[in-house]
Amino acid sequence: MTKIVGTHPPYLSPDYRSSVLRAPSQPPVVFAADPDAIELTGPVFGHDELGALDADLTRHHAGEPIGERIVVTGRVLDAAGRPVPGTLLEIWQANAAGRYAHEGDRHPAPLDPNFTGAGRCLTDEEGRYRFVSIKPGAYPWRNHHNAWRPAHIHFSVFGTAFTQRLVTQMYFPGDPLFPYDPIFQSIPDPAARERLVSRFDLETTVPEWALGYRFDIVLGRTPTEES
Amino acid sequence: MTVLLPAEGAPPTAVAVTPSQTVGPFFGYALPYGGGPDLVPEGHPGAITITGRVLDGAGEPVPDALLELWLGSTGTRGALGRGGPGVSGFGRCPTTQDGVYRFRTARPPGPYLALLVFARGLLRSVATRVYLQDGPDPLLDALDPARRATLIAEPDGEGYRFDVRLQGEKETVFLEF
Ligand SMILES: [Fe+3]
Repeated sequence: MTKIVGTHPPYLSPDYRSSVLRAPSQPPVVFAADPDAIELTGPVFGHDELGALDADLTRHHAGEPIGERIVVTGRVLDAAGRPVPGTLLEIWQANAAGRYAHEGDRHPAPLDPNFTGAGRCLTDEEGRYRFVSIKPGAYPWRNHHNAWRPAHIHFSVFGTAFTQRLVTQMYFPGDPLFPYDPIFQSIPDPAARERLVSRFDLETTVPEWALGYRFDIVLGRTPTEES
Repeated sequence: MTVLLPAEGAPPTAVAVTPSQTVGPFFGYALPYGGGPDLVPEGHPGAITITGRVLDGAGEPVPDALLELWLGSTGTRGALGRGGPGVSGFGRCPTTQDGVYRFRTARPPGPYLALLVFARGLLRSVATRVYLQDGPDPLLDALDPARRATLIAEPDGEGYRFDVRLQGEKETVFLEF
């Protein structure tokens, strides 16, 4: 398989200041794993480990959260285009005002007592997932003067092997902050960047209730991939 | 949108992978879960601890890293739903303000455990291995001796110590498969 150059950000992306002292200075050791390498397998999660409402972030408290209600759905595939069923997705995000329910978030925007912003679900047989949430707000950070993150939802995906493990961020179409965001811009290939931008989808949109966005996720390095 | 994926039900064809982004600083209320660092319950026969620090290129602790440990098979304890006896193959542990993590686990069937590290500032996770002893091994034997040592955990009381140095002198060997 040819490696797709420029898909993942380089560890060292100086415009993203936190990377400067944390990026490994040595390139990763490329290791052709033997068939017994444990990284070619990964944890299996059961439906009984998840709560019934885990995928609906608008129903984790007594009242309704403030903001624009959204449905985010898509499929998880491997690099050969095969659906990845039964895999765990975890998401977390800021509320509609751009504030995380995290003690370290000092942005002086209101917390929402009805929104925590963390959810999880398993993909179905076709690799599909579906979350209900609130559209997150943009938020300032101290990377540089007047730095604002485009609105995003953090995604964590397992896949079938430890080598497929992915943590990423989903963005919303047409965000004016894209050109100014060193995290989004750290991805070298502009086409790869676009793969993190969800697509508004009228079919997913629920009449009189919520806007729909589609976001498909493709995991690299499947254990059974033939070259 | 330029993404072209096969339609549902269509035969699989190679598709471009989704890029990685940093876990950021604010995962702490979302990803860690009760019992996450404990792959086995307290008192489990033969349990060991693996503990250490995550350090940056200045030797400073990384207080907002998340580590994931994989034993090689799922086990019976549940990966997320802890409680009860048995062994889980998977564990997750955030670092403390001092950059410290601590897992309680069973011994792996082979010589090593797989470890992933996520952190603010890491645009992509780093993958490494925790070897519980040195010995002939296809990966270790391919490394130069100084770097090899970064993958060998040190015995420490009832368990092992394994520091992750993200950058600089004694930088941990990170792997790409
Ligand atoms: Fe964020």
